[in-house]
Amino acid sequence: MLFYSLKRLLLMVPILLGITVLSFTIMHMAPGGPAEAQMEFSAKASAEARERLRKLYGADQPVHKQYITWLRKFVTLDFGEAFADGRKVKDKILERLPITLTINLLSLAVVLLLAIPIGILSATHQYSSLDRFTTIFVFVGYSMPHFWLALLLIYFFGVQWGLLPISGLQSLDLTGLSGWDRLMDKANHLVLPVFVSAVGGLAGFSRYMRNNMLEVLRQDYIRTARAKGLSENVVVYKHALRNALMPVITILGLSLPGIIGGSVIMEQVFGIPGMGQLMYQAVFSRDYNVAMGVLVPAAGLTMLGNFLADIGYALTDPRVRLK
Amino acid sequence: MPNNITLTTTETFRTFRRNWLSVIGGLLVLAVFVVAVLAPWISPHDPSKIDVKHILVGPTVEHPFGTDELGRDVLARMIYGARISLEVGFVAIGIATLIGILVGAIAGFYGGYIDSAFMRFVDIMLSIPTIFLVLAVIAILEPNIMNIMIVIGLTSWMEPARLVRAEFIAIKEREYVTAARALGATDFRIIFKHILPNGLSPILVSATMGIGGAILVESGLSFLGLGVQPPTPSWGSLLSSGKDNIEIAWWLSAFPGLAILITVLGYNLLGEGIRDALDPRQRE
Repeated sequence: MLFYSLKRLLLMVPILLGITVLSFTIMHMAPGGPAEAQMEFSAKASAEARERLRKLYGADQPVHKQYITWLRKFVTLDFGEAFADGRKVKDKILERLPITLTINLLSLAVVLLLAIPIGILSATHQYSSLDRFTTIFVFVGYSMPHFWLALLLIYFFGVQWGLLPISGLQSLDLTGLSGWDRLMDKANHLVLPVFVSAVGGLAGFSRYMRNNMLEVLRQDYIRTARAKGLSENVVVYKHALRNALMPVITILGLSLPGIIGGSVIMEQVFGIPGMGQLMYQAVFSRDYNVAMGVLVPAAGLTMLGNFLADIGYALTDPRVRLK
Repeated sequence: MPNNITLTTTETFRTFRRNWLSVIGGLLVLAVFVVAVLAPWISPHDPSKIDVKHILVGPTVEHPFGTDELGRDVLARMIYGARISLEVGFVAIGIATLIGILVGAIAGFYGGYIDSAFMRFVDIMLSIPTIFLVLAVIAILEPNIMNIMIVIGLTSWMEPARLVRAEFIAIKEREYVTAARALGATDFRIIFKHILPNGLSPILVSATMGIGGAILVESGLSFLGLGVQPPTPSWGSLLSSGKDNIEIAWWLSAFPGLAILITVLGYNLLGEGIRDALDPRQRE
């Protein structure tokens, strides 16, 4: 087990290296560089000034040299500076991370709180009207563009009924508001983004929970528990639930990168300055340092999440021991 | 033997029909397909006819889904949009499935270092957030229909590849493969003639659901302004231009989104139905 874990961890290094090479290459294949992207709007900029800017960004070097320079700094956790404003990439990430984290952690909490009971109930009452309703909800939740749902909610809650703010993280003018009112203002701004982010997860997770539960309820030890004369509640909530919850660890591990990453489209709809927006802007202004600074940790977390999911699964379920 | 095969096919079809959700899925898919094919005959208006006298009119008998900011009929644009959206879905998933089959077949059939190398590349692709790959590639290529399909295809072949690989690993040890090899069949023949046809069912399911997924990705890209470009009416681009007028003209966003929902729902239900019908282990 320990040997296996170490091997998996070591294997992550070459894969992560591959990720950096691939994403660096793709980004540099795009025509134009940071200097061109910045000067796009000033046609009068002389070729000389452009050259100076290119030199400043190191864009006059061949791609592989730029990559090695970048990698040398990156392994010492120096993410470099953004081309756009010269600020440290680390600072830019750190000011956006809390925003994305708040929204995603809240929506994960909503998902867990709702999906587990829904999953249990639709499994114990299979083919009931509740089960049928959640089945339909699951498929609809999977099949719609989530930004469309966001638009509809913005229209109804924001425009028609004026109940909730539709964009941003707080009102423009907070003067004259008490501490409590300010908090409520922020909370109101979070309702729609958190809800919309939760819908997709809720659909998938409740289905997953239902199937786990159905699987577990068919096991021999559940029949034994029933045969012993235990009450149905003890059977379901004590014997079955514990076993059905184990695979949930896997899902939590796999949702790790999503929590940090943030959704580009969702942040665009609600005007939230989060991680997704940062990467989106960086890719289009060829701000390689920023884009790589967001991307590489996200990719690393994806692999770490996969790894933790496997390990956690093996730790909680003695039947699953990895080779 | 042939008799046996017909029996299982009938049984498969029966299982499929028993499941009312998958029948609904199949009907939705069929309905959208018919609309797309018959677009010129059933469209109530010319989708690109500008009518400045009727700008942003809400749903009426004349224009059931209203008109847009140039007075064009939304229903007509949606009917023609079905063609674009389905085209994107089918071609993108066609590309993804082809790449997936090639990569998965080679990795699963040959195993060893080839397998490790291919699968590590799949790991790399899966660890990079899809949206980054798509954004970066769109920054290289112009956002037009052809490139959108290529980009979606290039970023969604990993799941089919894994499925095909798993099938190949399971099937290549069967007796009939050994028999074919003993008869001197080439690798090419064994891969495409003996193994692939027997391992196609999981790919069929993933491709069916993938079409819905690709339509969703296209709508997301269009929403960011990187998808099918106006004035070409894909559902994504209709929805995207609808968002600018969401406060005064809800119908511009509501109906195209509904069309996407119904279509993707159709493919997902159909895919699930095919899975249940083909895989007896999942039957309850």
